[in-house]
Amino acid sequence: MSEQWEPRVVAFFCTWCTYTAADLAGISRMAYAPNARIVRVMCSGRIDPQFVLKALADGADGVLIGGCHPGDCHYQSGNYKALRRYTLLKRVLTEMGIEPERVRLEWISASEGDRVQKVMNEMAEQIRRLGPLRLERPPKPHRAAVKEREAVAVSSQGGAR
Amino acid sequence: MSKPKVGFYWCASCGGCEEAVVDLAEDVLKVVEAVEIVFWPVALDFKRSDVEAMKDGELAACFVNGAIRTSEQEEMAELLRQKSQLLIAFGSCSHLGGVPGLANLWDRQAIFDYVYKEAPSVTNPDGVVPQERLKLGSNGYALTLPAFRDTVRALDQVVEVDYYLPGCPPPVKLIVNAVMAILDNKLPPKGTVLAPDKALCEECPRKPTKPDKLALKELKRPHQIQIDSEKCLLAQGLLCLGPATRSGCEAPCVSANMPCTGCLGPTSRVKDYGAKALSAIASLIDSEDEKEIANLMEQIVDPIGTFYRYSLPASLLHRRVPHKGGAPA
Ligand code: SF4
Ligand code: SF4
Ligand code: FES
Repeated sequence: MSEQWEPRVVAFFCTWCTYTAADLAGISRMAYAPNARIVRVMCSGRIDPQFVLKALADGADGVLIGGCHPGDCHYQSGNYKALRRYTLLKRVLTEMGIEPERVRLEWISASEGDRVQKVMNEMAEQIRRLGPLRLERPPKPHRAAVKEREAVAVSSQGGAR
Repeated sequence: MSKPKVGFYWCASCGGCEEAVVDLAEDVLKVVEAVEIVFWPVALDFKRSDVEAMKDGELAACFVNGAIRTSEQEEMAELLRQKSQLLIAFGSCSHLGGVPGLANLWDRQAIFDYVYKEAPSVTNPDGVVPQERLKLGSNGYALTLPAFRDTVRALDQVVEVDYYLPGCPPPVKLIVNAVMAILDNKLPPKGTVLAPDKALCEECPRKPTKPDKLALKELKRPHQIQIDSEKCLLAQGLLCLGPATRSGCEAPCVSANMPCTGCLGPTSRVKDYGAKALSAIASLIDSEDEKEIANLMEQIVDPIGTFYRYSLPASLLHRRVPHKGGAPA
């Protein structure tokens, strides 16, 4: 492990709760580990497991997901959906030899700025303990980039059948 | 005008794709009439040197099945790329890595240790494992074997691929359509997967019985229940991956009471088949309780084999840097 290495975390926060809490932490001048880049999403239920994998594949050592507390999701049940996907995704990661602790889900409400501070610090520490996530870089596919629309149009004409 | 020349080749595969060509049945006559097959090691006696002697681009099209595991397969992929105007990845292994790609959960060392030393059926007191080079006697003659790489790759992770024929093996209809599209010069843009770009459920005979809103309380395996042969399999609690899988096969598995395992891979908008499939299944689970959700998910016995059965090498994470040791569990 090089001395320069700093954990890189991507944090997907729902705009209604966790992102607002992170804002609050900022306004309240609470210092926390600067390792996470926050991505704001409308709801934790919007977080496709592909987002998490993409973040890890592109250099994140860990991913944090933040949503509203159970019962508080602005869209009723997005956070439960997030929980189900997250539970299954962690099983897949474990089987792939990736420590499941690299991905963490937390419910943080808009008023819990202090909790953002705590979780961000814990996450940075957790990843520091685990070290960098070393993935074998997938060889870049040698594939002519198809424009999505083109491909769709082709198949709906039946041309590509 | 002479007929266009066509080749078939196999890499790390089971032979099922070659069977699919045979499954063309009388349609094979149409193909044979229209093209000249000049390279097909499984059926015809042509050698690598015959391909090497060809001009660049001499093959109008070459269909390559199987994943890439050895140095020899890499070389053949490169050679065939050079000699072919169109290189078509044929079948799941070539398209996404396929079943042989599941071996990426281990590395070369672990595989050799298990297969040649530790497996209960192996007797190998001297611990002999395949060598890439072996000197024989004193005359300096050496035997060589291709190198066995740590990682299994899909064809487009090695050379540029023009089109993909998905499936394990590709459905006959898709093969015929692809060949006809090549002959009629009616191919879609390069890079396209030659199958309809919508989910399998759309062409599944059980679709009418698939509820608009599925809510699963239990996940079951085919041997655990008496399967209703008409009702949507997901609605019966079976892990059918139809919602995440590309159509084009006309759902033969589902018609035979077996849930779809996803061999045609994802539609064009999906970057990672496994993530998409697990997301689709997780979304249908009817529970908001952390413990209950965890218990339900535990019922999926082999998550990688379930969601990445055909696509581990092409997955976004590809693989962890191989760590030494650790035999298959
Ligand atoms: S889930 Fe499976 S059985 Fe149900 S409609 Fe889709 S493909 Fe058919
Ligand atoms: S039903 Fe699924 S597993 Fe069976 S052939 Fe079609 S895509 Fe492949
Ligand atoms: S809006 Fe916050 S989790 Fe759904």
